[in-house]
Amino acid sequence: MSIKLNALLKSPWVFHLSTGSCNNCDIEILDCLTPRFDIERFGMLLAGSIRHADVLLVTGSCNRQSVERLKKLYEQVPKPCLVVAIGECALSRGMFIHSYNCPEPLDKIIPVDVYIPGCPPKPEAIIAGVVKLIGKIKNKK
Amino acid sequence: MTTMMINALNYSVYLLIFGFLLTAFIGLFASWVDRKVTARVQYRVGPPLLQPLIDIVKLLGKETLVPAGASKMTFLTAPVIGLAGAILVATILWMNNIAPGKSFVGDLIVVLYLLTIPSLSIIMGGFASRNPLASIGASREMKLVLGYELPFILAMLVIVIKSGFTIRLADIVLYQTHHGSIISSWSGVLAFIVVIMCTQAKLALVPFDIPEAETEIVGGPLIEYSGTALAIYKLTKNMLLFILPFFIITLFLGGINLKGVDILWGLLKYVGLVALITVIRNTNPRVRIDQAVNFFWGPMTTISVIAVLLALAGK
Repeated sequence: MSIKLNALLKSPWVFHLSTGSCNNCDIEILDCLTPRFDIERFGMLLAGSIRHADVLLVTGSCNRQSVERLKKLYEQVPKPCLVVAIGECALSRGMFIHSYNCPEPLDKIIPVDVYIPGCPPKPEAIIAGVVKLIGKIKNKK
Repeated sequence: MTTMMINALNYSVYLLIFGFLLTAFIGLFASWVDRKVTARVQYRVGPPLLQPLIDIVKLLGKETLVPAGASKMTFLTAPVIGLAGAILVATILWMNNIAPGKSFVGDLIVVLYLLTIPSLSIIMGGFASRNPLASIGASREMKLVLGYELPFILAMLVIVIKSGFTIRLADIVLYQTHHGSIISSWSGVLAFIVVIMCTQAKLALVPFDIPEAETEIVGGPLIEYSGTALAIYKLTKNMLLFILPFFIITLFLGGINLKGVDILWGLLKYVGLVALITVIRNTNPRVRIDQAVNFFWGPMTTISVIAVLLALAGK
């Protein structure tokens, strides 16, 4: 595996993007940063600016308003970058699947690397999902 | 001719080995200490030892994006200018501590000028990136520089007066080996307090991280930087975390002696200063820019003026 990717997996800075979620998934993501779970152990930091990010954490049902912003932000992330879909809404639009306002699920808009189900997923589940993603990439290369 | 070449070789060894490599590695280590202590203060585990190095390597491997409409030239050269300033300061400080005879007259003033170059590079980069938040951050950084430079230079004046009106760092270190370190006098203690506060502002750490306030202006001047440019900024910042305590040790605590057991004593001085800076950063809230400028131009300037008067009176 290249040193570039190895370094990326050991210090993934995450950018947190809500595309119209009910905020529960966002609260659970912020939980991961608290002393109890402390994802800084794995070198993960919450990046404030999209230019600093390596991993895009997407929550929410991708409604018409936020889809444009989602595409713009995905173009602005310096590559290589990974996309993590968190919560039922980001996976399959959840209870909004028949809504006029949510035409497409997230993985039809941008490529998604890992899906973390739950409504909302527990912080343990989020960390386990990210660890699986890192393992997947390590085995693939 | 050959002596000139040997001299040039000698200076480049200082520049590359001590000024850049050693400083960068100690700086990365200091940044790990900082993050680890912060984590322990918050009852967390904290990052592994190599984390700062891995961050830099990762950023070097990423794409560097230049925002549309930004002035590309300034945007990309600003981080390099900052790094160059930091390396030069480190080289001068190492030379004064290892081979005092090699330094030149007036290097204290050169160091004072060079120390503002990293701040200047952040201001340049912020204004060049054509982002409103970066502009706000850069203008705050500018006000902060105006704020802390006055007490900082007054505190330097105390050192100059105490060490018998010399502006050579080597002579200042030499004075301290003969007469005891400057911090053991009243004026030295006052000047030390002022300089610690100014260091906090120079490093843009919490009470004075106003230019980079992550919760208000998401990283300030660095908001548009990515990839290699951001890596250079991070590295400069980590190097300054070594350079400024080293500067303070040279001026107030008698320098670092690299011979025999004394190197442990020097290490202790350095780790103590970094721990002090980290504890200040972890036990204070961020102040507003007007409060910061008031603080530096009010109480801090008063204290440093008192220190200068005490130093003139010989205390």
